[in-house]
Amino acid sequence: MTTSMRQSLADLFREFLEFESVVDQPTSLAAYECDGLSAYRQTPLLVVLPRTIEQVQKVICICAERNIPIVSRGAGTSLSGGALPHADGIVLSLAKMNQVLNIDVNAQSITVEPGIRNLAVSEAVKHLGLYYAPDPSSQIACSIGGNVAENAGGVHCLKYGLTLHNVLGVKLVTAKGELLVIDQQSLQSQGYDLLALVIGSEGMLGIVVEVTLKLLPIPQCARVILAVFDDVEKAGNSVASIISGGIIPAGVEMMDNPAIRAAEAFANAGYPVDAAAILICELDGTEAEVESQINKVDSILKNSGATETRLAKDDAERLLFWSGRKAAFPAVGRLSPDYYCIDGTIPRKALGAVLTEINRLSGEYGLPIANVFHAGDGNLHPLILYDANNEGELERTEELGSKILQLCIHHGGTITGEHGVGVEKLGEMCVQFSDIERHQFHAIRSAFDPANIMNPGKAIPTLARCAEFNAMHVHNGELPHPELDRF
Amino acid sequence: MAIQIPQVNLEDDLQSQIESVSANGAPVKIVGGNSKAFYGHAVDALDIDVSGHSGIVDYDPAELVITLRAGCKLKDVESLLAENSQMLGFEPPHFGDEATIGGTVASGLTGPRRAFSGAIRDFILGVRLLNGRGEIVNFGGRVIKNVAGFDVSRLMVGALGTLGVLLEVSIRVIPKFEAETTLLFEHADGQAHIDWINQQGRLPYPISASVWYQGQTKIRLSGSQQGLESACQDLGGDNKMECDEVWSELKEQSHAFFGQAKTIARVSVPSVESDFLTTESQLIEWGGAQRWVETPKDRLDSLRQQMQYHRGTVCAYRGYDSDAEIFQRPTDSIMTLHRNLKSSFDPAGIFNPGRLYRGL
Repeated sequence: MTTSMRQSLADLFREFLEFESVVDQPTSLAAYECDGLSAYRQTPLLVVLPRTIEQVQKVICICAERNIPIVSRGAGTSLSGGALPHADGIVLSLAKMNQVLNIDVNAQSITVEPGIRNLAVSEAVKHLGLYYAPDPSSQIACSIGGNVAENAGGVHCLKYGLTLHNVLGVKLVTAKGELLVIDQQSLQSQGYDLLALVIGSEGMLGIVVEVTLKLLPIPQCARVILAVFDDVEKAGNSVASIISGGIIPAGVEMMDNPAIRAAEAFANAGYPVDAAAILICELDGTEAEVESQINKVDSILKNSGATETRLAKDDAERLLFWSGRKAAFPAVGRLSPDYYCIDGTIPRKALGAVLTEINRLSGEYGLPIANVFHAGDGNLHPLILYDANNEGELERTEELGSKILQLCIHHGGTITGEHGVGVEKLGEMCVQFSDIERHQFHAIRSAFDPANIMNPGKAIPTLARCAEFNAMHVHNGELPHPELDRF
Repeated sequence: MAIQIPQVNLEDDLQSQIESVSANGAPVKIVGGNSKAFYGHAVDALDIDVSGHSGIVDYDPAELVITLRAGCKLKDVESLLAENSQMLGFEPPHFGDEATIGGTVASGLTGPRRAFSGAIRDFILGVRLLNGRGEIVNFGGRVIKNVAGFDVSRLMVGALGTLGVLLEVSIRVIPKFEAETTLLFEHADGQAHIDWINQQGRLPYPISASVWYQGQTKIRLSGSQQGLESACQDLGGDNKMECDEVWSELKEQSHAFFGQAKTIARVSVPSVESDFLTTESQLIEWGGAQRWVETPKDRLDSLRQQMQYHRGTVCAYRGYDSDAEIFQRPTDSIMTLHRNLKSSFDPAGIFNPGRLYRGL
């Protein structure tokens, strides 16, 4: 793309956008060349920052006429490269559309622009005794629009659901620049569930320009138990026992020994550094509900082989127990120049087998791994420690990560629980889905965007890409895990 | 006694049936237990019977997930879950002993718990289906958190079989509640009920269903014994009812309202919408979001026009002539998306043509 083209396009956008809302200088464009997955970088042709829905529509119409790819971007915290720019395309940043539009206390809902931060939503309604439940770890920075694009999760999704379960409606600008209202506030959906399709579609079906979110009453009471285990599998099984006992905790997080050590050194949360695993289990609800459940959970944990259980005596201690877990990523980051976060989901019963194999792979590749695990919903985050300055180490790390994801598929799980496919897991999509299934994904995308201008090249690999990936991973003439039932 | 679910795999047979009809482009009508045949327009086509394709593919109660062949009977599935102190969180209606799990997903109908714990789309995790080319495809999975690929599983909910033949579904299940209780309150009109129930929703009480009919509001609470006792005290323990069949009557629509009314429309609006249906005989569920009214066919159009102010839809649910448009038609742009999506799964348009919207 030539400089003159960049210039003429910038001029066109500046006819209806403020001068500084069109970023066209190479030094400023550099800020947009990657998202949270910084191993992948690409400078875009231009960045635009509209303030209104009409401006978004105009931008899209201009791009559609010229077949220019559009990559939408919220806060740029994606861990899978979902907002990686396209060399010949623009980045459409929603950062300036970050206002609360309406709070409906009776309906317990809030309507916001997509650029608002996740945490800012809960802050905006705290005085009403309400909050927005999905809480991805990046909630201080990540945007609601990005949460919708990725169907973001968080530590409380076992009880309160993913983004999908907490969005009541969206306004979507299509690849033709048309504004669609997709609303399920009436609870009885009719026709195809377009809202479910748009949530988690990684910016490939349109641009979400307005979102109505469900709000919940802030629980009266929350209590946390920390349980210590000398065996990882026992810790995993204890979660199954809690759930079989009829209790759905607000959150259940597990950490293995390397993660415990890292977190303790960083946060001084009082974690037992010799434990094989710890479990942090939070219960919330009314005082009476929580009181009746906490004793049950304590005895289940002890019966499941916990060597020690600690009940946080007050809110300060509850937050202390959480502090180590919440700091797990930066804590692991201190142990090594770089770390790579993997995001697979497995049926909980496979935890023991999967962790054993991850440890074996870690030894084989000579790369240490710390594991944090959303134990309630089976979402595993192995953190691979590496040093990008060592020749070839990033490539080996990616290969190890890919093996872990294929291991998750092998055990009946999936390659991404909450971070999305983006550019990062295109190869593994070829393992999880057949040619026919991927063709169906492309056809769905074409139903919304026949010209393929919305975030092209992400999330759904092409047939050619899969042929290449499978060629690299064929062993003795066989595809990886040919025995798999990929359901 | 442990429940026995027949294990019969008819996948190859169903696939070859679809392959042969797909070759000649003849339409088919997908049939499970035929218990929800009234829902949607009639389809005049060759039956594809899925009811024999039955069996549990995978169920480990501790995983909170069950995978079933589509022909499994809903009553058997619920009994099996109950044996393990679990249940389907969306409380689906049966409308007959033959109701299947596939038909439950395809119809997308949910019971009294809808407003409080979610719809089928909130619980479905994965599907295995036959597309219009006779190909077998899998989407989603058996784990709660899964964002790989577009969410095709949820697209099947309420699609009334227009996108494919469901072969298997994976559904998240929930533990049964320790206790449930019903409370009764007097609200002279619908508006008083709507105001009151929306106000209760902001308080952290474990309400799991609500209904208003002929001046009476009933709510159901579900939770731990201790939790219910304390909620009952706050809400007014004198109102507690010993035992009430109202929730199963509402779920199965055997409630007096459904017996008396001849033509029933379902008005779906956000729960806080005012009570604008004051001239009709009315029953209100789902915290105000689902309003059943007895209304004649010639009033459907004007009701549907009103929906632009009330942000909802009107379904000509039961008892209308066959030429009535059952579902309110969406905007042209949304309809175009429906057509595009339909042809992406079913290019020759063989599955349940017209059942959802005429011409689709």
